[in-house]
Amino acid sequence: MTQHDPVRRRFLLGGAALGAGALLAACTSNDSGDDNNAQTTGNNNASPNANTAPGKKVTIGFSAPAADHGWIAAITTNAKAQAAEYSDVTFNAVEAGADAAAQRSALSTLISQKPDVIVLLPYDGKELNAFGLEAMKAGIPVVNLDRAFPDALAYRLQIKGDNYGMGVAAGNYIAAQMKAKGVSNPIIGEIAGLDNLELTQERSKGFKDALTAAGLKIANRRAAGFTVDTGQAEMSQLLQALPKMDALWNHDDDQGIGVLAAATQANRKEFLMVGGAGSKAAMEAIQADNSVLKCTVTYSPSMASSAISLARLIGQGKGMSDLVELQVPKEIILSSETITKENVSTYLPLGFS
Amino acid sequence: MTGLPAQTAPAVKEALGGGGPGPEQEGPSGNGWWSSDAGESTRRNLGLIGVLAGLIVIGIITRPDLYGLDGWWIDNVWAILKLGSTVGVVAVGMTFVIIGGGIDLSVGAIIALAGVWCTTVATQDFGAGGMIFTALAVGLGVGLVNGFLISYGRLVPFIATLAMLVAARGLAAQMSDKKTQQSGNQTINSIAADSFLGVPILVWILAVVVFLGWVLLNRTTFGRRTVAIGGNVEAARLAGINVRLHTMMLYALAGLCCGIGAVMLTSISTSAQAAMATNYELDAIAAVIIGGTLLSGGRGTIVGSLLGVVIFATITNLFALNGLSTEAQNMVKGGIIVAAVLIQQFRFKSVTQFFKRNKVTVTS
Repeated sequence: MTQHDPVRRRFLLGGAALGAGALLAACTSNDSGDDNNAQTTGNNNASPNANTAPGKKVTIGFSAPAADHGWIAAITTNAKAQAAEYSDVTFNAVEAGADAAAQRSALSTLISQKPDVIVLLPYDGKELNAFGLEAMKAGIPVVNLDRAFPDALAYRLQIKGDNYGMGVAAGNYIAAQMKAKGVSNPIIGEIAGLDNLELTQERSKGFKDALTAAGLKIANRRAAGFTVDTGQAEMSQLLQALPKMDALWNHDDDQGIGVLAAATQANRKEFLMVGGAGSKAAMEAIQADNSVLKCTVTYSPSMASSAISLARLIGQGKGMSDLVELQVPKEIILSSETITKENVSTYLPLGFS
Repeated sequence: MTGLPAQTAPAVKEALGGGGPGPEQEGPSGNGWWSSDAGESTRRNLGLIGVLAGLIVIGIITRPDLYGLDGWWIDNVWAILKLGSTVGVVAVGMTFVIIGGGIDLSVGAIIALAGVWCTTVATQDFGAGGMIFTALAVGLGVGLVNGFLISYGRLVPFIATLAMLVAARGLAAQMSDKKTQQSGNQTINSIAADSFLGVPILVWILAVVVFLGWVLLNRTTFGRRTVAIGGNVEAARLAGINVRLHTMMLYALAGLCCGIGAVMLTSISTSAQAAMATNYELDAIAAVIIGGTLLSGGRGTIVGSLLGVVIFATITNLFALNGLSTEAQNMVKGGIIVAAVLIQQFRFKSVTQFFKRNKVTVTS
């Protein structure tokens, strides 16, 4: 799951842009007034594509957890905004409720409304696998976002970020920086997200593997809770534990605001910090280059926009015109890209807040 | 209930302001003029200080660089106190509510709502003063709503504050559009970073709130009435205390503490979000219980609650310094809560209750 050769990356970008070409330009020029932070690609770009032309009417059912977190919020915002870009798409969002069981019952009512395609970000892929099977059995293609279903019969398309790859990207960047600075035995810290989530474990494993390959190890690791205040609390303790530190990876840019605050409050700036996910605030800090945050590795909520575009194509029975295939592929894994001061201006329009 | 338990009489007398509490009032060792259960509380607090000393010894053994009396140690003391400062302030309010016979499950949600409200753009435009005022007003306001529902709406505290927990977080998420709202105000942000006379401002705030809480509980009619209501509501009512109004004030006080906590936490994390202060209600209740406050009301100390908070913060610090996992840390915390309550039950049942029952049988 960790291979991301350039071909795949191009293929992904092509898919996201639906062949429109100017992906980033589209992002900045097509923002609608009320969703001024959404990541979308429009259908009124300079180079039109057969796929973006209005076609068969498609109803897309959508469900994502109502978590109080910037990334999840961006998922919903993006999906809604992308759907609004198409005149032939009817967007039908249902509340996910408070947990996997609630989301399952909400989705059951969605099946009875018979949408053409269902796009969902499950609370937990394993717990909602049965729903995927049920919907597919009822003849409704399911597009799973981010949290994989274990059963391949439970989805038509799976599009997700690369958690392991995020850790690898962060580890590789830190290893390269340490080598460039000539630090032979660096002290490396890690502020993870929620330890009981599989995605956190995957991220940590990728980070550890990349560092091990470079002959480095993690001196101290704390798990926060993906919130700003837990990030601050764990970071302030990590800084106590490591009176001197060379590098730090913080899994999540939202909790990173707290992690940065802790560093500022402790007046510590001897280390370099790498973020995760790619929030607007993090990118702006990287661009300003006035804090310890020098880099972030992406796990972009733009996947929700791509999922809506692809769900529409599935509903219309079309493929992705950049590819030779006549249908949308079965699985897409985003590559975790490394954002530094050098390329941050390219990514800034994709930052979520 | 067939009649008034004998032990309520002194509390009632106290609440009415007539005469000092007699030595026979509560517990076998109530010998101080200033607090009815001074002996018991002191012994209990000494026990907690013993636990704290034990933790410090573990710290000295495992991390002599940070717990030993050289180098960074004072820095680490401030780190521990800063870590516990917000929960500490909340725990002061919670102590009053629990002594008064209630419970407040909504404190974390109130902090989130007050924090989100004070970081909205509209409020930030009014500067630090406006933000602080907003946070305090929202905290107080939500506390008053809690208190009103419980006192005049006759809702069970557990239900009313559980409802508020859900509703306040929902409103906070709605207001913030589920996004993290950064504080652009340097004055607010510097509260957590700055020190005064070498002591971090967060620790000053904690100290002032704890001191005021102690004075309010131990030296004022308000405090004595709180204990009386928690001990026996019916007796307190018959003694002429406006139980409803007083109970409402207790929740308002807890809400105000949450407002202060919201300013602190917003400053600490330089932002606010609807998910902030998650589980603070549990942390605060755990600290209050460990501190010797009876969950059934009528007895408790502010100092005990503070010690509970500091012990939890020290455990977190010890685990972080030694690179141990958060899961193991939570298991240890759970064990400490159970142990503290077991000791409490044993002590009160075997000694205090025994004495009280004997007295009741003798006098009636």
